[in-house]
Amino acid sequence: MAQADQQNPSDEQEVMKGTSAVAKGVMAADPDVVSAYPITPQTGVVEKLSELVADGDLDSEFIKVDSEFNAASTCIGASAAGARAFSATSSQGLKLMSEPLFTAAGMRLPIVMAVANRSLSAPLSIWADHTDAFAERDGGMLQFHAEDVQEAIDHVLLGFRVAEQVNLPALSNFDGFILTHVQEPANIPDEEEVSEFLPPRDPEYTLDPSDPKTMGAYARPEHWTESRYEIQRAMMDAREVWADAVEEFRDVFGRDYTEYGGMLDTYYADDADHIVVAMGSIAGTIRNVVDAYREDGEKVGMVRPRVFRPFPAPELRDALADAESVAVLTKEMSPGYESAFAGEIKGALYHAESQPPIKSYVLGMAGRDVKPEDIAEIVEDAKTATPQMGFKESESWPQLRPELLEGGDDL
Amino acid sequence: MSSDLQDQDYTDQLEHEDELWNPGHRACAGCGPALAMKYITEAAGENTIVANATGCMEVISTPYPESSWGTSYIHNIFENAASVAAGVEAAYQAFDRRDPDHLDVQDEDDVNIIAIGGDGATADIGFRALSGMMERGHDVLYIMYDNEAYMNTGVQRSSQTPFGAETTTSPAGKESIGNDTNKKDMASIAADHGVPYVATASISNPHDFKQKVEKALEIDGPKFLHVYAPCPVGWGFDSAKTVELAEMAVKTGLFPVFEMEDGEITSVNKIRDREPIDEWLEPQGRFKHLFKDEEKGEAAIEELQEWIDKRAEDLGLDA
Ligand SMILES: Cc1ncc(C[n+]2csc(CCOP(=O)(O)OP(=O)(O)O)c2C)c(N)n1
Ligand code: SF4
Repeated sequence: MAQADQQNPSDEQEVMKGTSAVAKGVMAADPDVVSAYPITPQTGVVEKLSELVADGDLDSEFIKVDSEFNAASTCIGASAAGARAFSATSSQGLKLMSEPLFTAAGMRLPIVMAVANRSLSAPLSIWADHTDAFAERDGGMLQFHAEDVQEAIDHVLLGFRVAEQVNLPALSNFDGFILTHVQEPANIPDEEEVSEFLPPRDPEYTLDPSDPKTMGAYARPEHWTESRYEIQRAMMDAREVWADAVEEFRDVFGRDYTEYGGMLDTYYADDADHIVVAMGSIAGTIRNVVDAYREDGEKVGMVRPRVFRPFPAPELRDALADAESVAVLTKEMSPGYESAFAGEIKGALYHAESQPPIKSYVLGMAGRDVKPEDIAEIVEDAKTATPQMGFKESESWPQLRPELLEGGDDL
Repeated sequence: MSSDLQDQDYTDQLEHEDELWNPGHRACAGCGPALAMKYITEAAGENTIVANATGCMEVISTPYPESSWGTSYIHNIFENAASVAAGVEAAYQAFDRRDPDHLDVQDEDDVNIIAIGGDGATADIGFRALSGMMERGHDVLYIMYDNEAYMNTGVQRSSQTPFGAETTTSPAGKESIGNDTNKKDMASIAADHGVPYVATASISNPHDFKQKVEKALEIDGPKFLHVYAPCPVGWGFDSAKTVELAEMAVKTGLFPVFEMEDGEITSVNKIRDREPIDEWLEPQGRFKHLFKDEEKGEAAIEELQEWIDKRAEDLGLDA
């Protein structure tokens, strides 16, 4: 959670819709080019940005594109020309961007995008989950997940700062509706404050015709692997760059995201016997459950990866090492195996000295409400987890409604 | 395989620093589109940024770490050259207005931003990107080089493949005469977007083509050029005859050469005594089946001729 430093006198808060707040944060980053296309629940971001440009508050080229595919494509052209470029999308739109986005990573273009997370069709659904973000996992984009509106704003600013240093695109995730449509108080930094933290982009290579370059050449087998390795190296460099950025961010804005080098945010995790791991807005509900347990004297805590790519593997090893049980709550699923998030956490602990039993819970998909009592039940269930579980027992779908399934009565 | 020839370093001999489309690229002998690239760069000059779609011209010109391009050049993917160019243009508009000294760029107004795609990249898969770029009014010149099929992936039909042509996805057979559609009229489609300058040209008349590139670059806003560029490999003809075949396509009226300004046809390259289309079909491998089965072949040739005649009439092509 964004811990606003109350001592900071400039920390004025405004109450506005999540999408508007993110758009105003983008304004403070002062992009040269904005190119985005409407899709629920992101639409408010593109609408607000259009309005800011129309009113002369934001001096960006706003490209009224025909599709998300071309939102990403125009951002690629702009970024290659040396511009700071921003886009925003959700779900189907992110899928439509997927092909150009992978090339933005390969061509090392630091485009930043706000992704209002939403399920992927079919069936059609406009509500929040993380299927869209996970489907882009392997492209070479930095990814962050916000818990509240303040973080959704701040992650965009941090995103530009880090993306432009390591030359990778960034997806700043925030949950659809839960964060896009909420009215929450947040501090919206102004351009002057931000310019201190985020200097104008200064790219090493551009398409400037006075110094002609060829960008996007094709690579044969003797070169391709190295370009992919360079992305991996940039991702790993991003860990330190991010850590420095959150420190400076704290100094400038007073909001402290420096725990675990900015990779994780934890809540009563230090001495916890039972830890719940989750990303995004669900963390707010988990905090309440942790509070209730703590009141009863039970050592339950929470670990929330703030950064998803680069994956906070060393930090998770550290944070989860002493737990008796770990419950991974996740709003995505990789059919045919298991939750990708849980799989990655397990992978992170494979070589660790201490390996707590981990159980994953697929829930909250497509906006299904997750209540504190659901989470408390999960904590109780996770306590029964053992190091040697069968594969079937290691994953559960606690909100499944058997009455809707064929043969569901026997499940 | 290794030989003395392969081990020798020819890079010194390959340096042509003054050229914007440099030799050493991997195009096949007699490649029509490669000629188009040469003419485009000659006409546009060095103050140019090219956004190129995936396809033959991209693949033959930029095998890392080499490049034939003396201009600034970007390739991204198959179906978005128009959008990449639009993004470059938007960036330059922003630099020009916000902070002209921010980058070491020239005045945006002087920079030529040119998108180049094959017929597949343009008329088929990149149609949405092209339409959006033109409709929004970006100051971009889009050039579609038309070799009448997807050559890079081995000669599959496109919406520019002429009626009756055999490609790997429109094979002739007992139930098929080859490709069963006529060429999609991209010039009119572009003009219908309100594009101020649209023209067609053929690599058989470099002077005319280059003039049109220059003229287009003088005009603010989106421009669309359709340049005809035969491919000896995909069409199956002697690679010495590329220019001849391009010229014949013009003379038969299969590829009319004209200009459209603000939606109106303003000049047509009139043809005196149009040649019958058979003359152009016969030397090409992709039409050979039309001359084997007399009955079916004749009917198909007639159908193609009718389509050509109708267009010629619409355009006022005959002198
Ligand atoms: C999305 C996508 N689909 C298919 C391809 C494969 N592909 C690459 S180039 C090409 C054909 C190019 O045809 P055209 O645009 O006519 O140019 P040419 O190769 O003839 O110069 C195809 C089908 C691709 N790269 N991307
Ligand atoms: S296949 Fe055709 S278009 Fe492609 S390089 Fe060869 S001659 Fe040129």
